[in-house]
Amino acid sequence: MTARRIRTVAAAAVAALVGAAGCSAPADGGSGSEDTSYVVGIANEPDTLSPLLGYGKDGNSKIFDGLLRHDTDLDLQPALATELPEVGEDGLTYTYTLREGVTFSDGKPFTADDVVFTYETILDEGTNNPARGELDALESVRAEDDHTVVFRLKYPYAAFAERTVLPIASRAVAGEQDVNTGAYNTEPVGTGPYVLTSWSRGEKLSFRANPDYWGGAPEVEKLTMAVIGDDDVRATRLRSGDLDAAVLPPNLAKTFEDEDGKTVVSAASADFRGVTLPTGHEVTGDRAVRRALDIAVNRQAMVDNILDGAGQAAYGPVPTGSPWFAEGTERKHDPDVAREILDDAGWKPGSDGTRAKDGLKAAFTLWYPAGDRLRQEHALAFAGDAKEIGIDVTVESGTWEVIEPAMKRDAVLAGGGNPADPDFDLYTLLHSELAGDGFHNMARYDNPAVDEKLREGRESGDHDTRKAAYDAVQRELQQNPGYVFLTHIDHVYVMSDGWTNVTTQVEPHDHGLGAGPWWNIEDWQREK
Amino acid sequence: MKTLTPGAPVRPAPAKTAPRGGGRAGLPWGPMARLTGRRLLAAVPVLAAVTFGLFALAAASPFDPVKQYAGDAALRADQATLDQLRENLGADAHFAEQWWRWLSSALGGDLGHSTTLRQPVAQVVTERIGWSVLLCAVAFVLAVVVGTLLGVTAARRPGGLLDRCVTSTAYVLQAAPPFWLGLLAVWLFALQLGVLPAGGLTDTGSDTVTAASLLRHLTLPAAVLALSQTPWFVLYVRQGVSDALHEDPVRGARSRGLKERTVLYGHALRSGLLPVLTLMGSRVPELITGALLVETVFSWPGIASATVRAATASDFPLLAALTVLATLAVLLGNLLADLLYGLADPRVALEEM
Repeated sequence: MTARRIRTVAAAAVAALVGAAGCSAPADGGSGSEDTSYVVGIANEPDTLSPLLGYGKDGNSKIFDGLLRHDTDLDLQPALATELPEVGEDGLTYTYTLREGVTFSDGKPFTADDVVFTYETILDEGTNNPARGELDALESVRAEDDHTVVFRLKYPYAAFAERTVLPIASRAVAGEQDVNTGAYNTEPVGTGPYVLTSWSRGEKLSFRANPDYWGGAPEVEKLTMAVIGDDDVRATRLRSGDLDAAVLPPNLAKTFEDEDGKTVVSAASADFRGVTLPTGHEVTGDRAVRRALDIAVNRQAMVDNILDGAGQAAYGPVPTGSPWFAEGTERKHDPDVAREILDDAGWKPGSDGTRAKDGLKAAFTLWYPAGDRLRQEHALAFAGDAKEIGIDVTVESGTWEVIEPAMKRDAVLAGGGNPADPDFDLYTLLHSELAGDGFHNMARYDNPAVDEKLREGRESGDHDTRKAAYDAVQRELQQNPGYVFLTHIDHVYVMSDGWTNVTTQVEPHDHGLGAGPWWNIEDWQREK
Repeated sequence: MKTLTPGAPVRPAPAKTAPRGGGRAGLPWGPMARLTGRRLLAAVPVLAAVTFGLFALAAASPFDPVKQYAGDAALRADQATLDQLRENLGADAHFAEQWWRWLSSALGGDLGHSTTLRQPVAQVVTERIGWSVLLCAVAFVLAVVVGTLLGVTAARRPGGLLDRCVTSTAYVLQAAPPFWLGLLAVWLFALQLGVLPAGGLTDTGSDTVTAASLLRHLTLPAAVLALSQTPWFVLYVRQGVSDALHEDPVRGARSRGLKERTVLYGHALRSGLLPVLTLMGSRVPELITGALLVETVFSWPGIASATVRAATASDFPLLAALTVLATLAVLLGNLLADLLYGLADPRVALEEM
C-alpha cells in the first residue's frame, strides 16, 4: 500500500459519492404555483396520523372527516353523516345516516363498515389510544345497513354527539395492518379535503388537495405544515417569506402588526391555566384558604403581564365568552376580603408574615412542569399573590414523572380545556369518582352537590336543564374552589393576507394541525 | 514503501508477515482476512454487552415510556387507559427481559417498531442512513482536504505568523462544541444574512429533492461538521510534516536540488501524512458524535437525529438498533485503522493485533 494507492482509493470514493448524490436527486417536477400553495409554521408535530391512535379526535384533521364537524361557532354540522344524529327516547342510542358516494383517497367507497371498524378498534384494549377514555360512554356500534350506523351507550350521555367529530379510518387499508405499528400511522388514507404526500419527521408534513373531495376541491392546492420548534426561528422564517403563516407567542406576533400583507389573528380558547388545591392537604383542603386564594389572585394582571393581554381571566374551565358560562360567577380581585376570610377562619398572621392555625402553617408546594415558561410565570404570580395574604407557596419544577406521585398533596399548575361541551372539562376535573384517576380530578375534589349536578348535566338531553345544572356547578365552585383558575390563553397567529373565508374557532388546549385560522383552509378562497 | 517510512531501519520483515515479501505487487490478504475474522468474532460479545448496558441505562432513566409514547394525551387520560397502555407496550418488564426479547427477535431479523417515529425500525434505518452517510462523507472529505492544506502550510514555517494563527484557531475550534458552531452558523447565515436555509433537506414549500437545493441545504451542516473535525487533522498533519521536514529523505531530496514544492508535497507530506491516515479510522466515534449534534440542529433527516429522538423518548427498539449500528461503525473504524497501520509500518504484525 502506498500513499498513491491510498490517494487513488480516496479519489475514487469521492467520485463515487458525488455521482451517487447526483443520481439520488431527482429533477424538480414543478411544484404547485405560488397562488394556490400555503405554508404554515407549527410548533409541534403529531405523534401519529392514525385516528385509531388518537389523531384528529377533536376534528379538523385535514386528511379525514368525522361523522359530524364543528362550524365556526362550534355548532355541530353533518359531515360524513347527512344530518345530525337521531337520539333515542332513553338517550342511549344515536343513529347516523351516512353520506353516499363518498370515497377514500385510494378510491374505495366509504360505508358504515368503516365507521364500525374505527370505533370498535379504538374501544379495543389492545389499541394504544391514550384518549380511549373519551369514548367511555360507548357500549357498542353496529351497521344497520351500508349507510346507517347505530351507537349504543352504557349510560345517557348528552355530549356524545360532540365526540363523533372523530375521524373515520379506512377499514380496507387500516384493517389489514397492526393498528399500533402499521404503516397507516404515517401513510394515512382518508376521505378528507387533503391527502398526505410526505411526512419528513421533525421537518414538515406536505399535503395536496383532494380533487374528488365530496365537499368540493379546496382552492388551496398545496398545503405544507413546517415543524419549527423555536419561536424566534419561526418568526424569522415568516418574515423572510419562507412561511405564509405561523403560530407565535403574543410578544413576537406584535412585531408583525405594522407589516404590510400580514394579519395578526387572535383565537379565543378554552385553554386554561389553573392551580389544583388538593383536598388531601390540610392547608389547601381548607375551604377558607381556598376561597381566600380564589379572590386574592390578580387574574387581570396575569393576562396583562404574562400573556401580553392575549387572554381572559378564568373563573372555571368554562371561558367567560362561552354560552355555558354562569353569569355572575366572576370574582373580583380583593385581597382585603381574602384576609378577612382567613382571619375569621382562625388563620392568624405569624411573626414571619405567614399565617398559621393551631400550629399549622399556611404553606404548601406548587409544581409546574420543567421548561414550561408560561406555567412557570403563572406559578410565580400565584405565589406572589398568595404571599400578599400570608400564605406561603413554594414553587418547584419537575418532569411529570416527578410531579405525578406528588399530586395527591402538592398543588400543580394544571392546563387543559375543551370548548365543545362543558361536560368534558367539568366532569373530569370535579367529579369525585374520578378523584386521582390518572390525570383526572388531580385536586381530588369531592363535593356531593357538584357530583349530582354533573350527573344531571351529563344525562339530560334537554339544553335548559343542562345549562341550569352547569350554572349550579360553577356557582358551587365559587363557594368551594377546589382549583384556582387563572387565565384562558388566546392562541395567536400571524398570516399573510389575500384569502377570504378566514375565521377562527374557540380552540381547545391541545391545538394540533386542526387549530389556527387554517382550521377550515379547505373552504378558503383567493381574494379577488 | 520502505523509503516512505521515515526513520525505519531497513531490515527484513518478520517471518509472520512473510506473505508481504511480495513487495509492492501484493497486499497481505491472508493476515488481513484473519484479522478481520478475529475482529468480527470479538464484535459479538461487544455488541451483546453494549446493548445490555443500553437497556440497563434506559431502565434507570427517570422517563416513563408510557408518557413519552402518549405525549400530551397522557396528561388527560384516566388510570385504566394508562395502565392498559403500559401493559400493551410491555413497559413493566424487567430490563433484562426486555433486552432478551429484543435480542431474540433482532436475531430473527425483526428489529421491532419505533415508538416515536411509528415506523418499523428497519424502515427508519434504510430511509435515513443514506442522508447520514452523505453528510458524514462530505464533511469528512472536506475536513481531510482543508486540514491537510492548512497543516502543510502551517508546518512550512513552524512558529511563523500563519502557523500561530492556524494552530490557535485549531485549538479554539477543537474546544467549541459542534452544536454551538451549528447554532452560530444558523444565526449568521440563515437568520442574519439569509443566504442559506436554516435546516431540512428541501425548501419548505417543495418536496422534491433537486441537486441544487440539496447542495444549498447540505452546505451548512456539512461545513459545520467538517469544521468540528478539521482541527484534529490540521494539528496532526502539521506535526507530521514538520517532523518529516527534518528527516533524512527530505534532507536528501533538498540536497538533490529538488524544488521546495516537490520536497514539501512529494516527500514531507507523504511521510508526514501516513501516521495520520492510519489513525483516521479512530475518528469514527468523533464523527458520529458530531453528526448527532449537527443533524439535530439542522433538522437533517438522518440516522443521528433519529438517535437523539429515540434517546429522549425511551424508544428502546430504535435506540438499540442505532446503538448497534454506531458500535459497528466504531469497530469497523478501529479495524480499518489497524489494517492501515499494519500496512504502513512493516514492523507491525497484523497477526498480533
